[in-house]
Amino acid sequence: MTVDFWPTLYVFVLASFIGLGVIRRVSRLLHTPLMSLTNAISAIAVVGSILVTGGDYPLRIRILGAIALFASMTNIVSGFLITDRMLKMFKTDKPGEGKQA
Amino acid sequence: MHGVSQFGYLVASALFIFALHWMNTPATARRGVYAGIAGTALAVIVTWAEPSVIHHAWIILAIVAGFIVGVPLSKVPLTAVPQRTALSHAFGGAAAGLVGTAEFYLRLSEGGAEALSPFRMVALLAEVLLGYLTLTGSLMAAGKLQELKWVPQRPVTYPFQNVGNFLLLGAGVALGIAITLQPTAPWAAVAFAGVIVLSLLFGVLLIIPIGGADMPTVIAILNSYAGLSAVAMGFVLDNKLLITAGALDGSSGLILAIIMCKAMNRSFTNVLFGAFGQVKQTKATGEEQIYKAETPEGAAQVLDQANLVVIIPGYGMAVAQAQHKVRELYDQLKKRGVTVKFAIHPVAGRMPGHMNVLLAEADIPYTDLVEMDEINPDMPQVDVALVVGANDVVNPAARTDKTSPIYGMPIIDADKARSVFAIKRSKNPGFAGIDNQLYFSDRTWMLFGDAKNVVGELVKQFAAGSGMH
Repeated sequence: MTVDFWPTLYVFVLASFIGLGVIRRVSRLLHTPLMSLTNAISAIAVVGSILVTGGDYPLRIRILGAIALFASMTNIVSGFLITDRMLKMFKTDKPGEGKQA
Repeated sequence: MHGVSQFGYLVASALFIFALHWMNTPATARRGVYAGIAGTALAVIVTWAEPSVIHHAWIILAIVAGFIVGVPLSKVPLTAVPQRTALSHAFGGAAAGLVGTAEFYLRLSEGGAEALSPFRMVALLAEVLLGYLTLTGSLMAAGKLQELKWVPQRPVTYPFQNVGNFLLLGAGVALGIAITLQPTAPWAAVAFAGVIVLSLLFGVLLIIPIGGADMPTVIAILNSYAGLSAVAMGFVLDNKLLITAGALDGSSGLILAIIMCKAMNRSFTNVLFGAFGQVKQTKATGEEQIYKAETPEGAAQVLDQANLVVIIPGYGMAVAQAQHKVRELYDQLKKRGVTVKFAIHPVAGRMPGHMNVLLAEADIPYTDLVEMDEINPDMPQVDVALVVGANDVVNPAARTDKTSPIYGMPIIDADKARSVFAIKRSKNPGFAGIDNQLYFSDRTWMLFGDAKNVVGELVKQFAAGSGMH
């Protein structure tokens, strides 16, 4: 199964340009939540861990997969939760819009 | 089935791009979180439904464990967010490294040369190298940020440090090339283990010489590495969702690192290999300089007369837990019709954007948080600049003194305000060990004491003397 790697390289280069374009427009106010959000998003590596953990492979391989799955899942859960927790705190001074944390 | 999962991945990629797009303003940012969750959930479901996935109990167990650890990690105090972020980079790196390790040994035992084509091998090695060095490097960074006793805060340097590090990296790369050329050689499994060990070691050695003040940049660089390790995993597994998500993460880390470097007038190489704080201190020469101290009563009177007050917070404010008192002061001044803005330096705090989050937690509206570049042109019109726990970011030596280690660093022009009050715990110099000329200016008055107490005293003046006018 030789894979033609050119399409994947294209995806990488194009996705990087999209990333640079989108991230540059992110409000400077939100750089801390941005980092925890991108962290949670890149924990999509969980996909690879699921395939390794759940596949019909030798035990030691699946143990490595399970640890990786745990690590990615921790990032997903804590990353999204803390991002939302921080974003909830950003309020304008217009009355009625703020709620007590 | 293949079509379904690929379609799921495609939708997830789009959701991730929207997630980051919505972060461009606080008004839509939470939508970004929901898009990210939806994309992740979709990708997990379609992957889990693959026919090749047959051992479900293990997956459930690992996911549950992830929740058990992840939920408490999301509830840390906001001052600890930099450590948490570093820790999550470590987890991301570990995941990539472990999956890479598993893939290599799996292909070695089952696929042979066919499954370990040169391209695959290069991707695998990049995944493992980036993954494991991010793991140990981020753990070191988290340790420094958490101020663990056994992790040195100050830069640790020794002779031939950079040369040694490069030799180490060179050895890893040489091993990698050897494995790539002969992936099925009998020594390949051992050599691969060697690459893992070298990567782990390299991560530690890379962070050891970097001091606490550079951690914002380092976190951003490690963020980038963690993203790139996910990209490499995507190349190994031929999964374009991983490549997309990893590239988004990688470019985000890169941009944040560039912003941090610019804000300190440093280059990447200088941060990574420069060992800041090595600069010999030049003793303040000539005449003894004198501070003018002021009492909270006096400061309150001046603040009361002001039209425009700019508060310049530094991490010292968060250390003293003064942000809620600062918020009370903000309320008191606003009630009296004074316009109050916060001037935020990009490196205020311990990670990019940290100060904004700390102030938002204290219920200060984000509309009053102003970036350095936007506030500086207005500084001459500012009646009072109140410096709370900041030092180097308001030091005019950065503009004028070519011998200063911070020369060239963009600063908030507090010295151009009509008057300055600086709250300072003691008469010692700041973190970088540099004297601050701002404190000796004839327009500056010092308020000595703990930031929380001093601001509390100011608030008391206003609360008690409502009829001060």
